[in-house]
Amino acid sequence: MATQRAHKAARLMISPSVILLLAWMIIPLGTTIYFSFLRYNILTPPASWTGFENYYYFLTDPAFIPALVNTLVLVLGVLAITTIGGILLALLLNMEFWGQGIVRILVISPFFVMPTVSALVWKNMFMNPVNGLFAHLFRAFGLQPVDFLSTLPLLSIVIMVAWAWLPFATLILLTALQSLDSEQMEAAEMDGAGWLSRFFYLTLPHLTRSITVVVLIQTIFLLAVFAEIYVTTAGGPGYASTNIPFLIYNLSLKQFDAGMGAAGGVIAVIIANIVAFFLMRAVGKNLEL
Amino acid sequence: MARQTTTGQRALVTLVAWGIGILISFPIIWTVLTSFKTEATAIASPPVWFNFDWTLQNYIDVNTRSDYARYFMNSVVISIGSTLLGLAIAIPAAWSMAFQPTKNTKNVLMWMLSTKMMPAVGVLVPVYLGLRSMGLLDTRTALVIIMMLMNLPIIVWMLFTYFREIPGEILEAARMDGANLRNEIIYVLTPMAVPGIASTMLLNVILAWNEAFWTLNLTTTNAAPLTAFIASFSSPQGLFYAKLSAASTMAIAPILILGWFSQKQLVRGLTFGAVK
Repeated sequence: MATQRAHKAARLMISPSVILLLAWMIIPLGTTIYFSFLRYNILTPPASWTGFENYYYFLTDPAFIPALVNTLVLVLGVLAITTIGGILLALLLNMEFWGQGIVRILVISPFFVMPTVSALVWKNMFMNPVNGLFAHLFRAFGLQPVDFLSTLPLLSIVIMVAWAWLPFATLILLTALQSLDSEQMEAAEMDGAGWLSRFFYLTLPHLTRSITVVVLIQTIFLLAVFAEIYVTTAGGPGYASTNIPFLIYNLSLKQFDAGMGAAGGVIAVIIANIVAFFLMRAVGKNLEL
Repeated sequence: MARQTTTGQRALVTLVAWGIGILISFPIIWTVLTSFKTEATAIASPPVWFNFDWTLQNYIDVNTRSDYARYFMNSVVISIGSTLLGLAIAIPAAWSMAFQPTKNTKNVLMWMLSTKMMPAVGVLVPVYLGLRSMGLLDTRTALVIIMMLMNLPIIVWMLFTYFREIPGEILEAARMDGANLRNEIIYVLTPMAVPGIASTMLLNVILAWNEAFWTLNLTTTNAAPLTAFIASFSSPQGLFYAKLSAASTMAIAPILILGWFSQKQLVRGLTFGAVK
């Protein structure tokens, strides 16, 4: 067997992907780290060396702590809603009823709506305090309409993002539910296990792996939520709905402070890597290759 | 589950499930309905449901007053272009990792996935400045390449997952039966690989079509796809609900339909076969 040759061919076939990803990782990231040590305004170069000043200013920026907290609230809030909601929805859709196919399509549809569309539809047609459907609804019950995006900006963003990701969680969990051994279920029922104990001792353990996957994939995307904030609140009012990505975008492309934006970028990468470290371990355990 | 349910139970579940299904997809349904109204009906209070004069005027207006066709073409070129480019680079890699695994394969795959963890915003500034100095800001070329790089780890992973399920014994059996390499590839491998490649392609088109961070930050007019076009409606002078709805409907319809057909593959693809 030409194992030697086969190995060489294999390496050759992998190399374009590896080289590209390596370059994509090293070049921009290296540049970001380099910029983060410069006093660098995009509009008025040249840049000058400042050491850790950008980090100091970024970490003590009045927007940093709110942005960090908002990022966490956004990620954890959406994860909680989509995971719990997804389990309940999956249980419902797994039951027998008429029109399962159509309901399934209705439930998963929000996942395919591009974030700018979903943000504008929620902002104008639902949350608008004058013409939005929620305002009509509030008035119909004799209540004062709420101006969601200016009084509850972060909650509004959480609602929009959770709406987009609930279908994903539901779909994954439903697929996992369908592979649940029904004989085991029936045996447990025969033995007198109630609905709740069947759920906690059979269904939930069976779903652990898929819940891990849902959390992993959603976290990757939720740490980077941007478009929804960009087209609705622009991070405001104040910093009430600014998350880390939006803060960095604001510093680098709105205030043209490339140095401080880059320092923020490095910090965002560090945060993502801390999260990734734990997630990858969970996944490494859960996915056998 | 094969348990028996009574008709009564089933009717109740049907009612609840439909109610929730309609509730969840309601923003989409409402947008599509609004796109056929006049601006006055669109903001009428109380809201008008079905009994209005249906009109196609908003669709005509969006097409004539804006460059909708160009944004649409940009979306098509960027999503399909980046997907094809990504496939061309990823197929050989995934192929060799699936059929010639070494003790490093798992590490390489994990490392590739970890590049997906790098927040885009962390590298926005250098990418922006680099493209600007190369004169590639606001070009389709730049977006095709960036979108390809963003999705490459996912493409490799998905293809790897699909390829790994092609049993090696089939190849050996074909060889035993006297198939040469050419026939082996054409008659045995390709038919088994094509469905996986097609699913990967479908999912990456969906991901690239909806991606908004890079398109919003790296395009202004020339290369702006539908994500950026829709975002331009957020300015106060763009506040026409019926037109916004028509533009939105046109932006999401192709991907929505593609998504309905690929829901099964979506689960396998996005979870790398970890959930079955």
